[in-house]
Amino acid sequence: MIALNVNGKAYQVDVEPDVPLLWVIREQLKLTGTKFGCGEGLCGACTVHVNGEPARSCITPVGDVAGKKIVTIEGIPAGHAVKKAWLAEEVSQCGYCQPGQVMSAVALLKKHPKPTDGDIDSAMSGNICRCGTYPRIRTAIHRAAGAKKKGGKP
Amino acid sequence: MSEIIRMSRRDFLKTGAVLSGGLVLGCYLPFGNSAGAADPATTFAPNAFIRIGSDDTVTLIINKSEMGQGVYTSLPMLIAEELACDWKKIRIEAAPVDPVYNHTVFGLQVTGGSTSVRTEWERLSKAGAAAREMLIAAAARQWKVDPASCRAENGFVVHAGKKLSYGQLAAKAAKLPVPQEVRLKDPARYAIVGKPRHRLDSPAKIDGTALFGIDVQLPGLLTAVVARPPVFGGKVTSFTADKAKKVPGVVDVVQVPSGVAVIATGFWPAKKGRELLDIVWDDGPEGGLATPALRQQYVSLAQSPGLVARKEGEPAQAMQKAAKQLTAEFEAPFLAHAPMEPLNCCVDLKSDRCDIWTGTQFQTVDRNSAAEVAGLKPEQVHLHTTFLGGGFGRRANPASDFVREAVHVAKAAGKPVKVIWTRDDDMKGGFYRPFWYDRISASLDDTGNLTAWQHTIVGQSIATGTPFESAMVKNGIDDASVEGAAEIPYAIPNIQVDLHTPKLLVPVLWWRSVGHSHTAFVVESFMDEAAHAAGKDPFAFRRALLAKHPRHKGVLELAAAKAGWGKPLPAGRGRGIAVHESFGSFIAQVAEVSADRKGTVKVHRVICAIDCGRTVNPDTIRAQMESGIIFGLSAALHGAITFKNGKVEQDNFDGYPVVRMNESPAIEVHIMPSKEPPGGVGEPGVPPIAPAVANALFAATGVRLRTLPFNPKALLDGMGKG
Ligand code: FES
Ligand code: FES
Repeated sequence: MIALNVNGKAYQVDVEPDVPLLWVIREQLKLTGTKFGCGEGLCGACTVHVNGEPARSCITPVGDVAGKKIVTIEGIPAGHAVKKAWLAEEVSQCGYCQPGQVMSAVALLKKHPKPTDGDIDSAMSGNICRCGTYPRIRTAIHRAAGAKKKGGKP
Repeated sequence: MSEIIRMSRRDFLKTGAVLSGGLVLGCYLPFGNSAGAADPATTFAPNAFIRIGSDDTVTLIINKSEMGQGVYTSLPMLIAEELACDWKKIRIEAAPVDPVYNHTVFGLQVTGGSTSVRTEWERLSKAGAAAREMLIAAAARQWKVDPASCRAENGFVVHAGKKLSYGQLAAKAAKLPVPQEVRLKDPARYAIVGKPRHRLDSPAKIDGTALFGIDVQLPGLLTAVVARPPVFGGKVTSFTADKAKKVPGVVDVVQVPSGVAVIATGFWPAKKGRELLDIVWDDGPEGGLATPALRQQYVSLAQSPGLVARKEGEPAQAMQKAAKQLTAEFEAPFLAHAPMEPLNCCVDLKSDRCDIWTGTQFQTVDRNSAAEVAGLKPEQVHLHTTFLGGGFGRRANPASDFVREAVHVAKAAGKPVKVIWTRDDDMKGGFYRPFWYDRISASLDDTGNLTAWQHTIVGQSIATGTPFESAMVKNGIDDASVEGAAEIPYAIPNIQVDLHTPKLLVPVLWWRSVGHSHTAFVVESFMDEAAHAAGKDPFAFRRALLAKHPRHKGVLELAAAKAGWGKPLPAGRGRGIAVHESFGSFIAQVAEVSADRKGTVKVHRVICAIDCGRTVNPDTIRAQMESGIIFGLSAALHGAITFKNGKVEQDNFDGYPVVRMNESPAIEVHIMPSKEPPGGVGEPGVPPIAPAVANALFAATGVRLRTLPFNPKALLDGMGKG
């Protein structure tokens, strides 16, 4: 039994400690907002927060995060500035990468409340979007930060 | 001027029949709250697309798969424009498989070819208008007034200060006859269509509630992964599963036609079990497949003409007489679609019924394939279309590979099972954009006019060997192999385009923009070469040759103007332009690029001008242009599937990189106001970007790159810095 704290809720899960957190979240806890994209830490679709830091849950053994504070997309409040900005800028297309994008953006803004384009590049380049929503993600992050800056940096 | 359109009464009766049969009730609700109890007695369901409940809920049944292109918003906009319902009361349901939902041209239920808005505009407008007329008639009857004195507005019928909501009218409207003729709105009075509107599916896509195929949960659901042959055309010779079966959670290991399936209580044990399988494979005839050798074969084929797809004048003679002649060869690799959501399919198979949940673009074909495998009648198979985490053509497979396989696994499992493909499986699983090789020659007279154009294309046919062969392959020529090359718009008096179609066991498929994904690169790069050979500006050269093609010319001029064509750029930067028509839309793009000391290409800015005729949701059009440009840029800068010893060499996003945030250019989209019939937007943004970047690189560095993806080393070698 492994004790997990996810979105402020305590869970006991009966899994081997080497199982990636991603599959525990999705299959045991039935929180399917966190997505599987690559399984190797290359795409960011599975991004969650562990003690406030973004983590790729597909390569995080569940045993390593026992007792730590885990937040998934389901734990981000509806009125969060990032979510509002995502809706205002109409970021989502297929939407599959977006929970991971939102989690990375929330973590970025906690660290850099007024991120530069460079900050955005470094914090967000681990999150692939095959639909190419990057320009809107950039604009949305600036919007969430309270800066009315247009996407892209020619 | 209002348009009166005759409606086929039979069609509406037919669609109504589906509803009373209750089929729609069982269908999958991809997001949002349930539409409430759809009590047939009080629900108004005038056709297969609209259902209005007594609680005022407007449920729209959408027959196109939502894979990012925005159909769950643009198609409702078409209905809502005529229906005059309250936008906030709209709920979306994915259509079940039924002939009423067939593509109006293709005759199957399918989402593809950037056709959804183009083909559904009229049908959905009429569906909305018919429902509106019936609601008005119901209200007029209740008030005992002339229907012409009533109007529909935001979910109400109003007349002289009185109003009744659609919900209040639903039960009465349901009893009225479906009108034979409906009056459609004058487009000049459109209030919804043509104006930007927020997507209905956005909230669900950022709170984790949007359901994709991979998210489907069922009681007792098992998960399977399948070990597939490492070489296309290969088979299992023998296998032992003793070690795999010892993994806690592994329930069974079974052979299926596509390989060996490990069935477990979850993904992780299934994957662990698969790693412990001992399988002896028979590689079959492609065991020696290698990209360099394949390239050689294609190169030699390209040296002689193939089957002629278009011929005008006498290009060979004109070439001989010309003042100047130029020839070049181009190459474009196999490409994986690599949608963010790896393939998956969930199947619940019973003796007399099969339920399937998956993100597919190809409902009819997949349903029928599943029925065949399950040994059931097609009507016994219920396919529930979920959201698609990207499609790009991969989820529209005539072979129904991921659906057939999942039904086989479910048959063996005897329990509901979801087959999940890992990223490696998805990337190595085939159905690639074909590998293409092109040889092209052109000649110029002494004033720099193009006199002849000869283009030979080499590559596999997508449709050959599928049920679509008879429709898509004519006289040995697969239209998708030559599209964008055979119908080039430029005024050239002598022209020939021909095709070689080699056969390989590598499965190929339509990949976002299909043939255009390579022909635009070849044609628009070579047009640039011709302009330079003629000593002319590439924009002016094209413009002069497009005099008879105002829509091409229009977007070309718009893109050039917005990009500041001809104005100075910072040192080291170059501008390139390309224009291409595909899927009924006309697009020009100008790219601004530079290359660093390592030969790494940086695309700073892309200006895109599109004429897609009448628009539904301009914001979606912008989004699709951005999307297509970045998708095309991934292919131009990075994408290649290659073979060694018959095996695919790439297995994840490290070996098959795609554009990320740090490489994403600033993109500006300009939509040409137009009254032309609507064109597609999902795919046409892709083709022009590779040539625009290649042309910009030439402007910046003097080096012409003719092989995709652009190779930094080739760039440095060309610049003499290698
Ligand atoms: S699924 Fe974890 S990084 Fe891709
Ligand atoms: S929205 Fe489709 S992958 Fe990002």
